[in-house]
Amino acid sequence: MDVWISIILSVCAASTPLLLAATGELVVERSGVLNLGVEGMMIMGAVAGFATAQVTGNPYIGALVAIGAGALFSLLFAFLTLTLVANQVATGLALTILGIGLSGMIGEGFVGQPGIRMEGLNIPFLSDLPIVGQLFFGQDLIFYVSIALVFGVSWFLFKTRAGLTLRSVGDNHTSAHALGINVIKVRYLAVLFGGACAGLAGAHLSLVYVPQWVEGMTAGRGWIALALVVFASWRPGRVLIGAYLFGAVTIGQFHAQAIGIAIPAQFLTSLPYIATIVVLVLIARNRRMTMLNTPASLGQSFVPDR
Amino acid sequence: MVSTQHIDEPINAVPLLEARGITKIFGTLKANDNVDFAIQKSEIHALLGENGAGKSTLVKILFGSLQQNEGVVLWNGETVSVRSPSEARDLGIGMVFQHFSLFEALTVAENIALSFDANTPLDNIATRTRDLSQQYGLPLDPDAVVGDLSVGERQRVEIIRCLMQDPQLIILDEPTSVLTPQEADTLFETLFRLRDEGRSILYISHRLEEVQRLCSAATIMRHGKVVDACDPRQETAGSLASKMVGAEIDEVVHRESAATDKVVLQLNGLNMPSTHPFAVALKDINLTVNAGEVVGIAGIAGNGQGELFGAISGEDVSTNANAVVIDGHAVGLKNISERRKIGGAFVPEERLGHGAVPALALSDNMYLARHASDSGDFQSGGSLKVIAKNAIKNATKRVVEAMDVRKSAENPPAAALSGGNLQKFVVGRELDRKPVFLLVNQPTWGVDAGAAAHIRQALIDLAASGSAVLMISQDLDEIFEVADRIAVMADGRLSQPEPTARMSRERVGLLMSGAAENGEAA
Repeated sequence: MDVWISIILSVCAASTPLLLAATGELVVERSGVLNLGVEGMMIMGAVAGFATAQVTGNPYIGALVAIGAGALFSLLFAFLTLTLVANQVATGLALTILGIGLSGMIGEGFVGQPGIRMEGLNIPFLSDLPIVGQLFFGQDLIFYVSIALVFGVSWFLFKTRAGLTLRSVGDNHTSAHALGINVIKVRYLAVLFGGACAGLAGAHLSLVYVPQWVEGMTAGRGWIALALVVFASWRPGRVLIGAYLFGAVTIGQFHAQAIGIAIPAQFLTSLPYIATIVVLVLIARNRRMTMLNTPASLGQSFVPDR
Repeated sequence: MVSTQHIDEPINAVPLLEARGITKIFGTLKANDNVDFAIQKSEIHALLGENGAGKSTLVKILFGSLQQNEGVVLWNGETVSVRSPSEARDLGIGMVFQHFSLFEALTVAENIALSFDANTPLDNIATRTRDLSQQYGLPLDPDAVVGDLSVGERQRVEIIRCLMQDPQLIILDEPTSVLTPQEADTLFETLFRLRDEGRSILYISHRLEEVQRLCSAATIMRHGKVVDACDPRQETAGSLASKMVGAEIDEVVHRESAATDKVVLQLNGLNMPSTHPFAVALKDINLTVNAGEVVGIAGIAGNGQGELFGAISGEDVSTNANAVVIDGHAVGLKNISERRKIGGAFVPEERLGHGAVPALALSDNMYLARHASDSGDFQSGGSLKVIAKNAIKNATKRVVEAMDVRKSAENPPAAALSGGNLQKFVVGRELDRKPVFLLVNQPTWGVDAGAAAHIRQALIDLAASGSAVLMISQDLDEIFEVADRIAVMADGRLSQPEPTARMSRERVGLLMSGAAENGEAA
């Protein structure tokens, strides 16, 4: 039984950064902006969180600074693409390359240092309950934040006026502008939220998952998060499922190797991408699915006339 | 809301909305020139005019999306300044646009909620949508996703959204252009009910028989000016059309026609189904154009002219090779390049984006248009197809000189040219080839008088040199000036061309309103 609990806990740990980054990017894309810089914002969060925790000795301050670093980095993207109307795809790619390089430079002095781990919660009595105690009351705070975030984002998008406004901007920015909605402002806020989420995802990597700093330690998780948004057809609940599916595959491949099941690791690692392609094909086959799920103005720059 | 305390005349003497001396200038163009206009309470008022007559400019000023340069707007007898659409809505003016501003992925209720302030609960809006839509006979399901709705249902969403604000004046821009006849009938019922409730409706339309059926007053605009105001019920469709297109009889001195017996363009029973909801189907079009003559096609916008252009140029390929015959070749199944190679030349209506790539230099645009027809001159190296820069540059220079294209740089991007100069270039680019057949759509639309005269002369000269010219235009003056024979397009059908000398504006107006197909009873 303990083996299963530890497997579940490691699946949670592997899935949380994907879930955070993908949920943030989902909000960004729902507003009609395609930010391919998730990997870059994530690794900036990882290095900023790790460095702050080393200096202050407090991983929670580290996580907060990571959120700020991700948001600040996304602000650069927002300024370039929304204010200066640069191409979103090119700018997002540049953001990722810049983030990987910059984080390597900032983190140079921290390589090899033993990190400070954000410990799991310890609630008297509850955390000590058998089985459920560790799962529901004994994990790190970021895990609980990520779960709450999915439900919060889902509620925000589909139950609040602000969420309706955000979806309307993503669907048809020209009409939204004609209704007096400040398209650029909505998109700035969405991009900042996405950056903050990616930053926190990075902090989870460097403060919980592997509490140390390694150059390039996000290792493509930002790209997986981007793929998950499409896989989830822009629905928060499906992002949750997708992130945990992939987390389970990642952990499963370790255990499969351990017990000698001969599935090539490369095949398992490529599963989320294959699944994303399948979902894209399925969506594209059905006009109604495309219309209902894909933000129609995704990736299109908005320049108000006059 | 604006206070109405200062009115001391009886209410019924004060128009609901009055515009006095409205002038709006864009650059050198007077889009509205000293326009006076008034709409009474509980009145359906038509605003008539051709494309570019200034109707939409006037409406945009009344609705606050444009500001006038001169003149005042009075609401219930009080001067108001309407600085934005939301101020117009606050006054009590609502508008239903021709092209819908709806969000396809959202539900009907969500779409409507977006135009209200954030405090209105969505459930409340859904209930009111259902109630209002039933009350006005425009049933709508508030939970339906707009993307699933038909065009007519989408218009209902726009109308209900407008009605939710309880407007006193409702502006409808070409509302029936997207409706089936049955949907239009339902809409008319609703409009009468709204009028009986004391609301006023400003109805913009080209469709004269609708205007006669609905409206008790009409204001007619031409070239930015109000040219007439009348009661459309006292008029005939023909008399309304001639007021719209200008009944002043200029003595058009007609030059000798250079027409020969040689048939260059032949359309044989050309049919084209409509490809999208806003398109017009072409129905059994027969036409011949001979070498040496200019045939003009008149008609009110949106009666199939664009579709006819596409069918002749090869942008839309027919299913019957013989439907389009150019210079003896049956090209109905051929594409644009193949039609160009046998001497066809085509100048579309929209010069930027359709006729030329805005960001590319004039020489690049020259090559793009003529890469197939002039492959011998413009390309070298056989199948390598190396672009012959010098030949293209020389051709560009030739066109610029022949057409007097004024430009700021040696080889500027197309978008850097003014409308008139770009139009001269786009037309000249085809004339330079000395085509056997030229098809041109709206050759002088939105072009200043000097450039227009130059282009018209060039078309006449081309025909005189032995080419066949087919010109689609909504400008009757132009058609009477340039064409040897005139045909009229109405609802996807083309009348048989008649010699210009035998045509009158009244007759063209009658044909435009589609009266001819009903047996020409008059």
